[in-house]
Amino acid sequence: MKRFLTVLILTVFAAGAAAAQPVIDINQGHLNPLPVATPPFIGAAPAEAQTGAEIAAVVEADLERSGLFRPINHTAFIEQITDLDLKPRFEDWRVINANALLTGDVEMSSDARMRVSFRLWDVFGEQELLGLTFVTTPENWRRVAHKIADAVYEELTGEMGYFDSRIVFVSESGPRLSRSKRLAIMDQDGANLRFLTNGDYTVLTPRFSPSSQTIAYLSYQNTKPQVHLFDIETGRHEMLGNIPNMTFAPRFSPDGNSLALTLEDSGNSDIYLMDLRSRQMSRLTTGSAIDTSPTFSPDGRQIVFESDRSGSQQLYIMNIDGSDVRRISFGSGRYATPVWSPRGDLIAFTKIASGRFSIGVMRQDGSGERLLADGFRAEGPTWSPNGRVLMFWREERGSTPGVWSVDLTGQNLRRVETPGAASDPAWSPLLQ
Amino acid sequence: MTCLQGIAMKFKVVLVAMSVLAVAACASDEPVVENTPPAATPTPPPQRVTAVPGSVEDFQETAGDRVFFDYDQFDLRSDARATLDRQASWLSQYGNVTVRIHGNADERGTREYNLALAARRANSARDYLVSRGVAASRIETISNGEEQPVCSASTEECWALNRNATTVIVAGAVTS
Repeated sequence: MKRFLTVLILTVFAAGAAAAQPVIDINQGHLNPLPVATPPFIGAAPAEAQTGAEIAAVVEADLERSGLFRPINHTAFIEQITDLDLKPRFEDWRVINANALLTGDVEMSSDARMRVSFRLWDVFGEQELLGLTFVTTPENWRRVAHKIADAVYEELTGEMGYFDSRIVFVSESGPRLSRSKRLAIMDQDGANLRFLTNGDYTVLTPRFSPSSQTIAYLSYQNTKPQVHLFDIETGRHEMLGNIPNMTFAPRFSPDGNSLALTLEDSGNSDIYLMDLRSRQMSRLTTGSAIDTSPTFSPDGRQIVFESDRSGSQQLYIMNIDGSDVRRISFGSGRYATPVWSPRGDLIAFTKIASGRFSIGVMRQDGSGERLLADGFRAEGPTWSPNGRVLMFWREERGSTPGVWSVDLTGQNLRRVETPGAASDPAWSPLLQ
Repeated sequence: MTCLQGIAMKFKVVLVAMSVLAVAACASDEPVVENTPPAATPTPPPQRVTAVPGSVEDFQETAGDRVFFDYDQFDLRSDARATLDRQASWLSQYGNVTVRIHGNADERGTREYNLALAARRANSARDYLVSRGVAASRIETISNGEEQPVCSASTEECWALNRNATTVIVAGAVTS
């Protein structure tokens, strides 16, 4: 399952030095998204052409959703791509102002494998930027499309992509006083939706393991709310350890070997670390304050968390053994649900001030606070695998919650398509 | 015929408010004479059904099963202590009863914080009952966080109701 994709590097038509290749400045990109043409991938047989069109459409939608690219309407296309190995007629693409052109080809082989090849062209520089072939089974066509979108994104922005990833979230239905909350998982673009629990009991706050194979979440399946684990491959749900207390706010360590969580005892909530192999717990915080919502730094050596030890919710960082605790948030209002960026430079958080909720980021020393989105309720940021985009849930007064995404620049705020109301999104790492 | 009488003839039942309007509309000085509407048979006041002593309903009626908290607080207000005093006295009378106290929070905090805050509220109520002589072994607590609102609007009134600790009888009550 892990290595179902074979990647080959296509021979690149190197047309001299890459001089003026289109490059997107990701901090400016939204103001001037790069025009890109994504004609249907070629397929000799009707089934191949069908899949080719679907793949190109998924790539195009991924690129568009990032806000960094502006796909050109297909009706404007002049040249029809018929051979992946022939250079396109660049002038036909220049005249419709396509800066980048993506061409591709789908071939089904007799052994039920599918080969998807693509080339990314710099239209104005008249050169090929990238050429790759993926070999996989036909049912994996969507993942191939996301991998192609990632490759294009990487080539043109210089940043890792994030399209071949998933979202786990809580799908909500029913009236507010008897709301049903189910665990659901879908591809980053909303496809391949699956429900992982049946709604008989409430589930909250799912989080991915670094392998994306396990999900830790809060379940009310038993009397006490407790952290459960779900294995995506086997479909098995498991209660975490044999703990009589309420446990909540789980987060995996970057190596996947331990889980930070909160354990409540006689009304007092403190942060613990659980070794997932031995199931041994070590206590990281003490005292009567509410200490919760721990998340790891990408190097696994520190934990950022929230505590009301000062009198209101604020953000703190400590070492993995609980030592060297220091407060990092000092702005007006309450700060909660900190999440460390996968790049390590920023911490995203929920802020509550003047009756409004906001999603913001700050550096790990607490400086450079920026608010990116707000709402009557806006909570629970989760980072894209490349640390460029934040997803969170938002609800207007008297409405139902939905999942939203926003770029780190604060631009490109979008509703993420979910079936009905949804909350508590968590973004997986890039799939392996 | 005054215009008011004309109206009165058209409509068999004339509401007082309506006739006042009609008078104003007619601007007539003539005294208005009307028959007093026949007295209706009084509906009997709701019969107060006394709950079976020792039942869940009895607990809810005589003690009250819910105490309320201020925003982001978990200390017991005086009205909460009065209710818990009644709960403790009821529970001392029915020594076989075991209870579960559900802590609840309104929607104005973050979800995980609300789980912790609601746990504090349930525990405040539990500690108070224990201090009033209820055996700790008879009480368990659970935090619902903000997940079990009893009032659905996003208003100050609903939030006040949703910040509570609710004592639910688990076992030992008399069947009503």
